[in-house]
Amino acid sequence: MSNIKFILGSFADPDDLMDGIDRLQANNVKIYDCFTPMPIHGIEAKLGVKPSRLPIAAFCFGALGTILGISLLYYTMVSDWPMNVGGKPAFAMPDFIPVTFEVTILLCALGMVSTFFYRTHLFPGRAPRVMDIRATDDRFIIAIDAKENTEHDKIESLLKEAGAVEVKFNERKYISYE
Amino acid sequence: MSSHNESILREPLVTGKDITYAQVTNDILVPVENKPNKAWWIGFTLASLGALLWVVCVGYTFWTGIGAWGLNKTVGWAWDITDFVWWVGIGHAGTLISAVLLLFRQNWRNSINRAAEAMTIFAVICAATYVVAHMGRPWLAYWIFPLPNQYGSLWVNFNSPLVWDAFAISTYFTVSLVFWYCGLLPDIATVRDRATGLRKRIYSILSFGWTGSVKTWQRFEIVSLILAGISTPLVLSVHTIVSMDFATSVIPGWHTTIFPPYFVAGAIFSGFAMVQTLLLVMRKVLNFKNYITMFHIESMNKIILVTGSIVGIAYLTELFIAWYSGSEYELYAFTNRIGGPYAWAYWAMMTCNVISPQLFWFKKIRTSIPVSWVLSIVVNIGMWFERFVIIVTSLHRDYLPSSWAMFYPTWVDVGIFVGSIGLFFTLFLLFLRFLPGIAIAEVKLLLKSSSLQHKTKLVQAGHFPPEQVEHFKHALSSKYDSVTEEDIKELEIKQQ
Repeated sequence: MSNIKFILGSFADPDDLMDGIDRLQANNVKIYDCFTPMPIHGIEAKLGVKPSRLPIAAFCFGALGTILGISLLYYTMVSDWPMNVGGKPAFAMPDFIPVTFEVTILLCALGMVSTFFYRTHLFPGRAPRVMDIRATDDRFIIAIDAKENTEHDKIESLLKEAGAVEVKFNERKYISYE
Repeated sequence: MSSHNESILREPLVTGKDITYAQVTNDILVPVENKPNKAWWIGFTLASLGALLWVVCVGYTFWTGIGAWGLNKTVGWAWDITDFVWWVGIGHAGTLISAVLLLFRQNWRNSINRAAEAMTIFAVICAATYVVAHMGRPWLAYWIFPLPNQYGSLWVNFNSPLVWDAFAISTYFTVSLVFWYCGLLPDIATVRDRATGLRKRIYSILSFGWTGSVKTWQRFEIVSLILAGISTPLVLSVHTIVSMDFATSVIPGWHTTIFPPYFVAGAIFSGFAMVQTLLLVMRKVLNFKNYITMFHIESMNKIILVTGSIVGIAYLTELFIAWYSGSEYELYAFTNRIGGPYAWAYWAMMTCNVISPQLFWFKKIRTSIPVSWVLSIVVNIGMWFERFVIIVTSLHRDYLPSSWAMFYPTWVDVGIFVGSIGLFFTLFLLFLRFLPGIAIAEVKLLLKSSSLQHKTKLVQAGHFPPEQVEHFKHALSSKYDSVTEEDIKELEIKQQ
């Protein structure tokens, strides 16, 4: 048994990459992941990646922001220290709209982006788990787990047929960053 | 998929021959990966001298108090708030380009959004400094936020638009920064993967460990879309609230219900003008001609024309209402603007904001780079005068003629304003030096749909009717400076 951990099909064109995915899937080769320098529309559906639930997180954080905003205003302006300014009502709802709105937007944005970073494991200083150094530049990479899919020659020929410019057999999952 | 065939009637967003994905990366990263050229150093030296002036003048203001400014008992707000509103207004284009144009699926935003967003952030930083400086006791600036304190707690007055403004500006700054940085992540990763040594380490930290996997991109796109969705009402709310600083008062000339839309239009107007000023220089100096094309320049000029006309209508509406309302104070405020001691400022505003942008109706002018550049600066001069006119002419003739006064700026007023421009350009030049000035990943998206190269290929394969190709050729030859005659000759059906 070889030490090869991952097979990387490197494409120069996103359409060839999509073709490669189709060919591999037609031959029951499981794809580990793809790495691309730009978003490829329609690739999630092909790979069976579920739609993101981030909109739900965004809505929840936004709703939390609305509640916190209005609570802050109600507590400070109505409950804790109501002020009589010319006999006007302390609970002046129209005046509360701008701040409530801003707090809603702020919490929605920060909450959603934090969730995105948390779920995707993005944070300053994280060592990049890069499988192919050109995946952020001009190459579109299909990564295949070599232990699960043992017919390496067949995978290579499938990738080449689809137009891969290079097929790599890597013994390490991530290229070293040290 | 990215390679759907876009109509040939649409002009290309990326020009040039043999533009591959690698070429895009190389072209855009030239200023980041190489030592800066002479133009950058000259610009940076001038800008940092300006920033130094700003430090001196703001320091002097903090040391002596705002008596260092030319304010008096009658004119209590002058250049400080004029400059604040001016900078906030300029700061509106970035979010507008990145958010509103994203929602409307305007692909031409892809090549200009990064620089515009950076500009937004730096403009808001400049604006925020005025807010802090004009408080008089800047070390107590945190009093604007509702923090528990030993006075009761005595809370801030949430009925006051000035408090709304603090919330609006700080939210706007935070959300713009987050939006900008999220968009930068994939591009920083690109720089990281091409760099070595210490640079690699630094960009590695900044890249947050971006890899570009399928799930990451999927989430990235969702995050961008939702941030765009929430930034759109946010950007409208910010200048609405800025206008309410004036509109909710009882000063004739300020107490107007049209202020919110009028201010928002003015903000977009001045913001696009500033983007135009910066991008025209950037495309020349950094050689981004193939990415910021004549289509981008013309589109921005069209927006300047539209918003300039909205602003013009707002000015005329104000005048009409001043007369029609029958309020003598209101009418006096406007007669004083038109014919009083500050008439020169009013007419400077009218000329720069209403009359000169109308020149953009002419295609020759709209597609001329030098003229566009000059007019974009004229717009921002006009927009500065607009704020000056609104603020100073409404204040300087008080209710009591005995307290009528004029405003004369001191060297500190002038120094803070000129210095803030220096600060802005210092930050912008540093941005261009260290981060990609064009969104690399987003431009790559355009290669297989909107690039000249792709369209040429489709024309050669005979995908389009000849009269449409003729139209396309005409559009290219009549304005694109980055397209050569050979490129146009290529647009013929070729037998395979």
